[in-house]
Amino acid sequence: MSLRWWLADSLEMVKRNLRHIRRTPELLLDVTVQPIMFVVLFRFVFGGAIPIEGTTYVNYLMAGIFVQTIAFAGMYTGVLLANDLKNGMIDRFRSLPMNQSSVLTGRTMTDLLRAMLAVTTMTIIGLLVGFRPQGGIGGAAMAIGVMLAFGFALSWVGVAMGAFVRTPEALQGLIFMTVFPLTFASSAFVPTTTMPDWLRVFAEHQPVTLVTNTVRSFTLNGTGGPDAIPALLWSAATLVVFFPIALWLYRRRTTG
Amino acid sequence: MIVTEGLHKSFGTTHALQGLDIDVAEGTILALLGPNGAGKTTAVRILTTLVRPDSGRAEVAGIDVVHHPVEVRRKIGVAGQNATLDEVLTGRENLEMIGRLFRLPAREARARAAALLERFDLVEAADRITKHYSGGMRRRLDLAGALVAHPPVLFLDEPTTGLDPRGRLSMWDLIAELAKGGTTVLMTTQYLEEADQLADDIAVIDHGRLIARGTALELKRRTGGERLEVVVTNVADLQRAATTLTGLANEEALVDAGARHVSVPVSSHGGMLTRAVRELDAAGIDVDDVGFRRPTLDEVFLSLTGKPAGDEASAPKVVVS
Repeated sequence: MSLRWWLADSLEMVKRNLRHIRRTPELLLDVTVQPIMFVVLFRFVFGGAIPIEGTTYVNYLMAGIFVQTIAFAGMYTGVLLANDLKNGMIDRFRSLPMNQSSVLTGRTMTDLLRAMLAVTTMTIIGLLVGFRPQGGIGGAAMAIGVMLAFGFALSWVGVAMGAFVRTPEALQGLIFMTVFPLTFASSAFVPTTTMPDWLRVFAEHQPVTLVTNTVRSFTLNGTGGPDAIPALLWSAATLVVFFPIALWLYRRRTTG
Repeated sequence: MIVTEGLHKSFGTTHALQGLDIDVAEGTILALLGPNGAGKTTAVRILTTLVRPDSGRAEVAGIDVVHHPVEVRRKIGVAGQNATLDEVLTGRENLEMIGRLFRLPAREARARAAALLERFDLVEAADRITKHYSGGMRRRLDLAGALVAHPPVLFLDEPTTGLDPRGRLSMWDLIAELAKGGTTVLMTTQYLEEADQLADDIAVIDHGRLIARGTALELKRRTGGERLEVVVTNVADLQRAATTLTGLANEEALVDAGARHVSVPVSSHGGMLTRAVRELDAAGIDVDDVGFRRPTLDEVFLSLTGKPAGDEASAPKVVVS
């Protein structure tokens, strides 16, 4: 019963967020133009200089771009929440007998849709510049599932941060400072083998690498590989930890 | 219908409320009147479940706002001084969304939105996004949003602040009409005139406490009651007029030579005006104006708080008679 209302309220929030996107299409830049730019730049700038054993650089690269885009987009959810908190709309929601956590779940569900759009865009542009996944439909579906799970988990990190920071601008800086090092000190764009030991140990065990390796393995040979279980555990753990933190921060922020 | 007892709320070192007691009877309008920073908005935010009090009790429609906020939210409509609209949605979409979040079936939410847009004269603007609405249109839509679920209790936080005279008058009409329909209204205002026009009862608050309570008339009586005032045509007659009035009212008359007027306190009307006119006429004194004058709420406020209500700039510009 209350689960039904929670879902209904969340979907109403999704409807609102989609209307915002329709009327402010620039909200989609980070899941359309930006990944296209990354695919094209990395493919043609680094493509000739980085030899990859057993496959082409573009085949190697795509998993990294997928995960990077999903990570940025997930965290960006927090910026949109911070915007809502800045104007009075949240007060209106809080004076309604709706399920209050739906404001947050509506956000993260919308983000899942944005992530799907990002994956579609990147797949098309990847295929155009030589991406040739060998993992079959099953592998592609699994890769997408792993990515979306990671993105959904990160969107709760973003929501928690959005409820925590004072301004959306501050959050943008914070996202850049966390996501950028995590995606570069990982296997997203280059193999970790040439990194110095201290960095390599970090890079090989952090979630972006684990998720990227799993996505890469699914797209290129149809199986998850050794990092699949740790990657999913990371996503699950992130969700389990940040979901309550996000709700708590949001309540604290909105109750005087 | 609305009750608070000993409500306290501090924000850091600012004591917004220091033991506020108010109550509003069903179907009446209470105006919470006070200068900026008196605690009006904090009181409304507590009653609308947006803020928790530090101590004290608050009930709306018999429901405790701290322990059962969701039940309270089903009973209330809220319109704020900052119209809380989604600027990227159209007026109609805003109202339909609120209806859906009140758990109305989709068709009912649509019908309700259409009816409210009609009633609040927003039909033409219904399908434009609200970012481009005028101030008056925003306030009307905000109030419409508060009414979507037919709430028995309505909270209006400075509903006319920033509106032009026409917008203010149409807002007053809407609020009066709602109260006539049985809605209980608690409104805050800095405009004494607004309280005078609309409210059945006025609660004057300052520094987070109730300092006076009553009808506009009662509050005015507290500040020295009524006076009979006469403006004479020739300044030369002023002293004689003063003598006449003193004899009539058995009270000492007050003379203001610059304004050519003289006044005495009166305790009852009982034929006083006709007798005054007759005796002034008999004494051969020409008058420009004769009448009873009650103190304005501004004077009431000044005598209660020791300072004028609100800022000079925010004084009401509308006069309704």
